[in-house]
Parts: sequence; structure tokens; C-alpha cells
Amino acid sequence: MTAYKIMFYLFAAMIIVFSILTVTSRRILRAAVFLLFVLISTAGLYFWLDYQFMAGVQLALYAGGIVVLIIFSILLTSHIDQKFTQPHWSKRIMAATAALSGMGLCLLLFLQHTFVPGTNPPIKNDMTAIGTQLLSTEHNGFALPFEVISILLLAAMIAAIIIAKKGK
Amino acid sequence: MERYGIPLEGFLVISTAMFFIGIYGFLVRKNLITMLMSIELILNSVNINFVAFNSYLFPENMQGNFFALIVVAIAAAEASVAIALIINIYRRFSNIEVENIDEMKY
Repeated sequence: MTAYKIMFYLFAAMIIVFSILTVTSRRILRAAVFLLFVLISTAGLYFWLDYQFMAGVQLALYAGGIVVLIIFSILLTSHIDQKFTQPHWSKRIMAATAALSGMGLCLLLFLQHTFVPGTNPPIKNDMTAIGTQLLSTEHNGFALPFEVISILLLAAMIAAIIIAKKGK
Repeated sequence: MERYGIPLEGFLVISTAMFFIGIYGFLVRKNLITMLMSIELILNSVNINFVAFNSYLFPENMQGNFFALIVVAIAAAEASVAIALIINIYRRFSNIEVENIDEMKY
């Protein structure tokens, strides 16, 4: 059992346990904090795979940005000490059946499939390569998606301001 | 095809579990913010798949990495618009339970 294996199983257990707690916790602020733990463990998996930039984006944007946004909106719209009522048992059983059958189907499919890795030599996945390829207009360049995403973010920002603005 | 003794299927099992936990939460929860959290779980599980496939099967290019980056950006945009909508709904109805919001008239 190497340290890498132990780290992987630790992150996997954290992700699954905190995911379940996120959707079952009866206090909304705790659910948000459990979601934060899930996102941080996911960043850990990206570090494990040696994708440092992706892990940094995950920590900064997801764990730092989206969770803070969610916590602010919880503080604006809910009472902190209020507990959710437990959903009806028939609803819970139906949802669990749907989720478990879908999960069983997916596991059945991809555990039977054999994945064939590519034969080309791996490239270095460092910051320089990412920056060059993200803004390159050559073959395999990602300049167009990058610009489209920037327009999408601008549109989302304006839309959020207009929707949340008070009154007419 | 293993890395440090972990096969690709290990990552797929984690992301599948996370995806369907998100589906379960989306079906069971009634509060809009907790439903939004379930959606974040689903998007995050898809990101794990992209990065794992990129790293295990196609290490010669970075498509999976960039696709995951774009998914993160779209998740941020989606969360900001959703939260603006939730705050507006709270102003009109004074709560954010989906069952009480049955009137969509502007």
C-alpha cells in the first residue's frame, strides 16, 4: 500500500461520504459546508493526477467562489437555526431507486468495457503549455471557446445584476 | 493501464457515485438552494471524468483539461444567475420552497 494509494482512497471516501451528507443534511448551512469539502477533495484528486492548474481553478473558482456565493444566498434567504422536515418516505424510496438503478446500469456498462489508451507519447502538462494552447489559433488551439466563454460570463454578470435589481 | 496501482475505473466509480447522489438530492430536496447544490455535485462529477479520461487515455493532448475548465466557467455563470433568480423569488414569495412557487406570472 503506497502513499499514493492511501491518498486516493482517502479522497474517494471523503468525496462519497460528504456528497451523501450534502444531499441528506437537514441544516442548509451544514449542507453548504459539506459541499465545500466535496469540492476540496475533488481538487485533491486533480493534484493526485498531476493537473495542478485544474486543481487551482477548482479551489479558486468552485471552493472559493461558488460556495461563498451559495453561503451568501443562504444567509439572505433562510433562517440558520431552521431544520428541514424530512421528505416523505415514499418520495425518498422512489428517488433512491431511480439513483441506484441508474448507477447500477452505468457501473455495469463501463466495468465491462475495456478502455484502450492512446499510444502517442504524453506531453508535459505545465502552465506554459496550457497558456500557449488556450490562446492558440492553430490546430488544437482553444482561442474561440476562450472568447465565447468570456462573452458568456459577461452576459451572465449583466443578467444577474438585472434580475436581482430591486423594483422597477 | 494503471497509475500508482489505481485503474481508470476507480475514478469512474467515484464520479458515477457522485453523479447519482446529485440526482437523488435533486429529486428529494425542496429548497431551491439545496437543489442548486445538487446540480453543482453533478457538474463536478462530470469534470472528474473529463480529467481522468484525459490523463489516463489521451495524455498526448489536453482537450479534457480545457473542457473541464470550460465546464467550471459555465457552472460559475449558472450559479450566479440562479442565485439572482432565487433572491428575486424570495422577495416576491418570502420563501424558496419549490412547492410554494406555483405562480409564474410576472
